[in-house]
Amino acid sequence: MTRLVVVSAGLSVPSSTRLLAERLAEATVEALEDVEVTHVELRDLAHQLTDQLLTGFPAPELAAAETAVREADGLIVVTPVFSASYSGLFKTFFDVLETGTLDGKPVLVAATAGTARHSLVLEHALRPLFAYLRAVVVPTGVFAATEDFAGTDLDARVVRAAGELALLIGKVSPVDGGGTRRRTVEDELAEPTPFDQLLRRASGR
Amino acid sequence: MQFGIFTVGDVTADPTTGRTPSEHERIKATVAIAKKAEEVGLDVFATGEHHNPPFIASNPTATLAYIGAQTERIILSTATTLITTTDPVLIAEDYAKIQHLTDGRVDLMMGRGNTGPVYPWFGKDIRDGINLAVENYALLRRLWDEEVVTWEGKYRTPLQGYTSTPRPMDGVAPFVWHGSIRSPEIAEQAAYYGDGFFHNHIFWPAGHTKQMVDLYRRRFEHYGHGSADQAIVGLGGQFFMRKNSQDAINEFRPYFDNAPVYGHGPSLEDFTEATPLTVGSPQQILERTLGFRDYVGHYQRQLFLVDHAGLPLKTVLEQLDLLGELLPELRKGMAEGRPAHVPDAPTHASRVAAAGGAHDSTVHAVDDVTGTTDREEISA
Repeated sequence: MTRLVVVSAGLSVPSSTRLLAERLAEATVEALEDVEVTHVELRDLAHQLTDQLLTGFPAPELAAAETAVREADGLIVVTPVFSASYSGLFKTFFDVLETGTLDGKPVLVAATAGTARHSLVLEHALRPLFAYLRAVVVPTGVFAATEDFAGTDLDARVVRAAGELALLIGKVSPVDGGGTRRRTVEDELAEPTPFDQLLRRASGR
Repeated sequence: MQFGIFTVGDVTADPTTGRTPSEHERIKATVAIAKKAEEVGLDVFATGEHHNPPFIASNPTATLAYIGAQTERIILSTATTLITTTDPVLIAEDYAKIQHLTDGRVDLMMGRGNTGPVYPWFGKDIRDGINLAVENYALLRRLWDEEVVTWEGKYRTPLQGYTSTPRPMDGVAPFVWHGSIRSPEIAEQAAYYGDGFFHNHIFWPAGHTKQMVDLYRRRFEHYGHGSADQAIVGLGGQFFMRKNSQDAINEFRPYFDNAPVYGHGPSLEDFTEATPLTVGSPQQILERTLGFRDYVGHYQRQLFLVDHAGLPLKTVLEQLDLLGELLPELRKGMAEGRPAHVPDAPTHASRVAAAGGAHDSTVHAVDDVTGTTDREEISA
């Protein structure tokens, strides 16, 4: 069973961001067999995200979303473009994730905006963000301006990006992907690094 | 089971009056609070350590020694001692000295500190936090347990034939707790040494506390110090109490809403549900506190935060009076169902007894070759 998590940061109901997220999810499900899809709608978690910024821990619904992302085999992330970048709400979700959560995880990045002039936001904002978080971003990002929802080009791009994500998910499980994943707090709690190793590491020996 | 209070020494405006106490007032208030803690029958007073405004908690050793001179029974402790940025050689000296001055009424809790700039101010790097805690504590242990130490590490200058003075009182070092909220490496460290593990508990959901305490207990047993339920666990707690629970809520809400750590975030109701904070009647505080055992098991030390967020001294002293009245029931409740093999928190007396009695560990610089002391050589 493959676990796919779709994070979308649209604010209106219904939202074109959510619409794009669903089309990407459908296309990815078609390309993979036996997929469980979890939608994380950040609008519903906006208050809890602010609370976590202030208190340092997530309320139950947000904690469930963070766990889903940590355990996902692949992610689709979709943001509206606000002031030439991802929205603050979108960024906040990735700010509060524990270090190492996205290490080696296949991610498809997508964005929506009122005009195609924002299309490079995927390259200058989202791709660097997920590179920093050590995720593996698929080559095709999907940008949809309002006018794209009337054309046929968007679908071709959606299918291409979803195929790339499916390929990546199928090839590498983020858990055993090359041994480069950072150990998270959850890893340490489950299987602590023995103290003699901590001592050697402390002294750089 | 020990009950006590811990303070971070914040200087915060009282949101109901807008008045901010002076550093002098807050320092004196801390002493008054500690003395009151002894008066109402509490077992432990612990102070934090901060090196920046708005805190008055720098130099905890002077504070503890001063309080020690004006109290007779209460155990003096820290919450926490910054093992990352404080030279372990100074920690070894300072706390052995307080141990002698207070006749063994001191233990301490190691912590890393989460104020970023403190690390560079003291010549360290926050990214080395865990490594500093591990190496510095390993050195501190040797300075207390071995008379002559030759040591070389990564974070301080080497030591050749160094003897830390004064030697621990009766040949037994102060007991050490390790505090951490969410760094499993620190629970592992506490377990490795068979030291105590303290979870701050307050401001965090019970799940965090349970995960860390479970890990510590499991590894304590792994390292052969006893069974998991014999590990030495301490917890923080936070309450505001009045005889009538609605009075407690009404009086505490403005302090909660404007508090430095969690203020302007979740509601008082959400936060009391998500974290150990309890605002209500003595009976509610009693029931919530006794419930901590449901997720950490029988434990050894419970410290409450009572003096933060701008609460005036008068209110804090009232809170301590109420806690004192509740103490017999808290003690009785905690004793219920407690298996005989679960130990109490170590004290100086119990540690001396475990070591087979007290011995004077004074080191009289005797020359190994000539058998003479420095003094004799000088006078010869």
